[in-house]
Amino acid sequence: MEDGIVLTMRGICKDFPGVKALNHVDFTLRKGEIHALMGENGAGKSTLIKVLTGVYEKDAGSIEIEGCPGEAHIHSPQQAQNIGISTVYQEITLCPNLTVAENMFIGRTSDRLVHWKDYEKRATEILDNLGIPARAKQELSRCSLAVQQMVAIARAVDMNCKVLILDEPTSSLDDKEVAMLFQLMRDLRDRGVGIIFVTHFLEQVYEVSDRITVLRNGELVGEYAVKDLPQVELVAKMIGKSLDDLAELEQFQKGKRAQDEVVYEAEKLSSSECRPFDFSIRKGEVNGFTGLLGSGRSESVRAIFGADQVTGGKVKINGKAVRITNPHEAMKNGVGYLPEDRKRDGIIADLSVRENIILALQTIRGMNHPIPRAKAEAFADEYIKALDIKTASQDTPIKSLSGGNQQKVILARWLLTHPQYLILDEPTRGIDVGTKLEIQKLVLKLAEEGMSITFISSEIEEMLRTCSRLIVMRDRNIVGELTGDELTQVQVMKTIAGGEE
Amino acid sequence: MSGNNGNNRLRAREPLTDTQLLMYISIGIFVVMYAAAALTLKGGFLKPQMIFDLLNDNAALIIISCALTIVMIGGGINISVGGVIGLTVMSCALFLNNNHIESSALSILVTLLLALGIGLGFGVLQGFLVAHLEIQPFIVTLAGMFLARGLTTILSVNPVKVAHKGFLELVKTKLKISWLGYTAQNGNLIPAKIEIGALVAVAVVILMFLLLRYTRLGRSIYAVGGNRQSALMLGINVKRTVFWSYVISGLLSGLAGFVFLMHKPAGNASVAMRSEMDAIAASIIGGTLLTGGVGNVIGTFFGAMILATIQKIIALSPLNASWWQEMASGAMLSFFILLQSLVLMRKNRSKRKTKEKAAPKAAEEKPSGAGGGTA
Amino acid sequence: MKKKNKAAGGLGQLLIPLVALGILIVFNLFRDIGFFSIVMRVNNSGNIVLTGNLVSIIDSASELAIIAMGMTLVTAACGGQDISVGAVGAISGAVFVKVLQGMGGITPTSVIVGFLLCCLATILFKLFNGTLVAVFRIQPMIATLILYSCARSIAYWINGDATPQLNSPIISSIGMTIPGIPIPTPIFAVILVGLLLFLIFRFTSLGIYTQSVGINEGAARLNGINPTKIKLISFILLGVCVSVAALIGVCRLGQLNHKTLLVDIEMDAILAVAIGGNSLGGGRFKIIGSVLGAYIIQMLTTTLYAMNVAPVNVKAYKAIVIIIIVVAGSPVVKSFLTNLWRRLRAPSAPGGPRKEGVS
Repeated sequence: MEDGIVLTMRGICKDFPGVKALNHVDFTLRKGEIHALMGENGAGKSTLIKVLTGVYEKDAGSIEIEGCPGEAHIHSPQQAQNIGISTVYQEITLCPNLTVAENMFIGRTSDRLVHWKDYEKRATEILDNLGIPARAKQELSRCSLAVQQMVAIARAVDMNCKVLILDEPTSSLDDKEVAMLFQLMRDLRDRGVGIIFVTHFLEQVYEVSDRITVLRNGELVGEYAVKDLPQVELVAKMIGKSLDDLAELEQFQKGKRAQDEVVYEAEKLSSSECRPFDFSIRKGEVNGFTGLLGSGRSESVRAIFGADQVTGGKVKINGKAVRITNPHEAMKNGVGYLPEDRKRDGIIADLSVRENIILALQTIRGMNHPIPRAKAEAFADEYIKALDIKTASQDTPIKSLSGGNQQKVILARWLLTHPQYLILDEPTRGIDVGTKLEIQKLVLKLAEEGMSITFISSEIEEMLRTCSRLIVMRDRNIVGELTGDELTQVQVMKTIAGGEE
Repeated sequence: MSGNNGNNRLRAREPLTDTQLLMYISIGIFVVMYAAAALTLKGGFLKPQMIFDLLNDNAALIIISCALTIVMIGGGINISVGGVIGLTVMSCALFLNNNHIESSALSILVTLLLALGIGLGFGVLQGFLVAHLEIQPFIVTLAGMFLARGLTTILSVNPVKVAHKGFLELVKTKLKISWLGYTAQNGNLIPAKIEIGALVAVAVVILMFLLLRYTRLGRSIYAVGGNRQSALMLGINVKRTVFWSYVISGLLSGLAGFVFLMHKPAGNASVAMRSEMDAIAASIIGGTLLTGGVGNVIGTFFGAMILATIQKIIALSPLNASWWQEMASGAMLSFFILLQSLVLMRKNRSKRKTKEKAAPKAAEEKPSGAGGGTA
Repeated sequence: MKKKNKAAGGLGQLLIPLVALGILIVFNLFRDIGFFSIVMRVNNSGNIVLTGNLVSIIDSASELAIIAMGMTLVTAACGGQDISVGAVGAISGAVFVKVLQGMGGITPTSVIVGFLLCCLATILFKLFNGTLVAVFRIQPMIATLILYSCARSIAYWINGDATPQLNSPIISSIGMTIPGIPIPTPIFAVILVGLLLFLIFRFTSLGIYTQSVGINEGAARLNGINPTKIKLISFILLGVCVSVAALIGVCRLGQLNHKTLLVDIEMDAILAVAIGGNSLGGGRFKIIGSVLGAYIIQMLTTTLYAMNVAPVNVKAYKAIVIIIIVVAGSPVVKSFLTNLWRRLRAPSAPGGPRKEGVS
């Protein structure tokens, strides 16, 4: 093995029934570098990571690790750990019912006994060292998601790994935490750890990475040094087409104009999870809720949809007073809601694509009026085509689709009900660039056709591109409303931060 | 440890975990119930012997309740424990009556090994099917129960009484503690008596507590029950952990069979019939959740003692009828289950409230933030 | 192409139970071909009826098949099992008999009223279970453990210790055969309950609702489904199934014994659900699979009896066969066989490129 190289993967192939997930992919990681692994959803990033960590068995190819003579055979995550490959996944892969300290040390020693005091002391040191706001004896389920993520990273860091894989580690962290994580990553890089960084956030790649490997459709596109690859080119390589689409989007924005008719109006609406707030939206308007994680933006739209227990307030739809205390009533009044957490709240994993598409329409029609099979098939065909959903058939269980396609199915579910007001909470999270653009375009087109839409996203740029009005939240209160010329990144951030001038 | 770095975070008392909370509830209820029984029924409940009787009579139940707690913490279930007791009791009784080993001690030892061997056999088989072939544990252990009950009747349909002298001696052997005894009406001092089985049961509870708290296997069982996928990612050998939880559970069932025989030296096709449900009830009352990851054998011990006390109260009260006992146990069980459900619900709600209160503070600490990902 | 896929997909779940049934039939063919003989015979009450092992299998599996259907629904919606069906069945029987006694005799009216009241009582008890499960979010097995342990005592309390005899042609025509019809009546009861459920699923969207709730309750709620209602409905339907089964059980013997009526049927019913290829964790389900499972269990029992295995020992052999069936249907063995099949097929027919999403 060459000097300075810590990991080489050559000619990796992995087939799933009907799909070549990886087709002769090479990957090289050097000592002390942060190497971004980029690609759309379904490009094969996750599969490559899972092959490397022993979750999947590769069909062909070889893996070599520094310090392991010959080819490395990795059959389980544990084996991967033993030869120095640690992973922090996008979803928290810790045990919620154990303490923070235990989560950091369990599964790592061959010691048959548990030395609690030792664990707790060492855990406290590490937590203090990294500035993680958690107590060693705390039950993990009582920490916030961000802290849980950091505990996972602390665990991996403490394992003296040679290869550290960070799979979408930043999606649940706020900027300060991201900065802290990046500092940590740079420290580790300086200590000679090779870091594989998988993310959808382009800016973050340019902030910390040294090198980028791009995959597309299970094949290697190439490996580049960050300074040689401008951002636009990276995107072009990832989606395999040019970025004229962006310009097209700007066109839409210019033609956009909300009508005067108020579709939805809430006065002092409150729920078990959010404080009273006033809100209204007009026909054909796209607005957005923005704020930090936990600022109450999702809780507010959940209150509108009746997803949490509604505790008070008056709601009018098309000027008529209505009562919305549960999702069913909201749906009957023409409100749709695409939830933030697709896996937990959106998809019904084992049901087919077709059943997932017709579900909302079915419940609006009521239990005693089932949609006939033929009609359901026609609906599914129509939307699979319209939204270009990539699925083997409409009978395929939705869980075997890629994230972006699952999101499109959920979107199809709501479009099929023809809502007059559609709430989209983070519709583009964890989705590849190409689909992101498609969804943004779709939102603007629907608004053009007269649908009112609330669009929530963590990426402010995305909201600036689509929304004509932004409601800014802080500490569970609405602290500002921006329209027209105020819709700039600087202004939005100022309002979020709330430095009173 | 908490003092060595002047850090307040370590000194702060952690809030109760679900496991602890449910355990304390069941201990509290046991104490209240026992006190109430002592106050209203008086009689036996005022003597320490009552506690020992509860232990003596329910040693086997306590052991299989521990056996269930362990698999339930790991997210499984084992309903073959009662069947394994039945089979063990029958095989041991037959073996004791028919073997030709000269030394009485040796033949008892071999009998004990036989009991453990049967339990081990069931544990290994069920563990393999559940852990490695990934078959639903309910079905595997249901089949195990059928198998054990069927084998019991194949061995003998008729009741078998143990005639082995050495073993009957063992049955009579009791630990006597005079200072906990009482003076009978005729003036004799009757010491408190503890059977060997009761001591074994208490030892099992302590051992299992240590196993679950201080060994890698024990913690792995909690981890697997808490989140199987995460446990795998954390490098825990999930299959091996699940396998061993069933092996331990099987071994304990075999041991429980031997203990049962020491309490009542006779085999019978209906021995310990439906005791698996009592064991599940004991685990649940003690705070083990069927969903896995939460539970504690100390709580289970008190769960079993609560069931035993109910039984005793009904037996000593004027309502001495078996159907009253069943109805009262049912009512108590529903009471406990509802109580637990309400406690957990309320706790979750208060958790949400504290989160809400904490949120603004957290947000203030990071004023320079914007939506994640944009720079 | 699409149609074919569908058929194969539907068969996937039923493959193991069908193969198991097939093997049992072939085994019996070789063992003793006379096992399958069906003859017309005059029974004790003077009716001409079909007799033979097959008829008796299908006849005596009726209670199990009916309860297994209801159990499938509860399993699918709640992700857990009701272990109190047998014990609550004893209550249904007790109520039925109590009503007959109270109305002073066995007439068609009293039987109908009795059945309706017993249905009502059973549904009430099932709603108690259902409320614990759906409202208080207690695991089904734990919630039903309560009635499992005390329902037979309640049955005793309703009816006293006596084992009342019911001698009447009406009772025997429900439990055995109707004069003039050679097929045992319980078989019609299975068909009737099956038809009822089929119509419910055909003319409402309960099927997709139940599966959604079972797979992802939170998401189902956000799509306008009321999970509490769906779970309660599944318990109500199970209640109907239990009362029908109890009615047959009482009428078959012509007497009520609160200790033995439908005893241990909960375990067999859960087994039937699992053998039918349904996940005990809830979600996707096929009622027909559970019915097949019930007949497999009964066929197995009858085969063992025919081989002169003593009734008390049947359990051991049954356990072995069950283990074989579930091992054959286990995910590990399944994926091993699928891989083997693909490898065998691969060289002869290189699969055409199909597009599918990768996650």
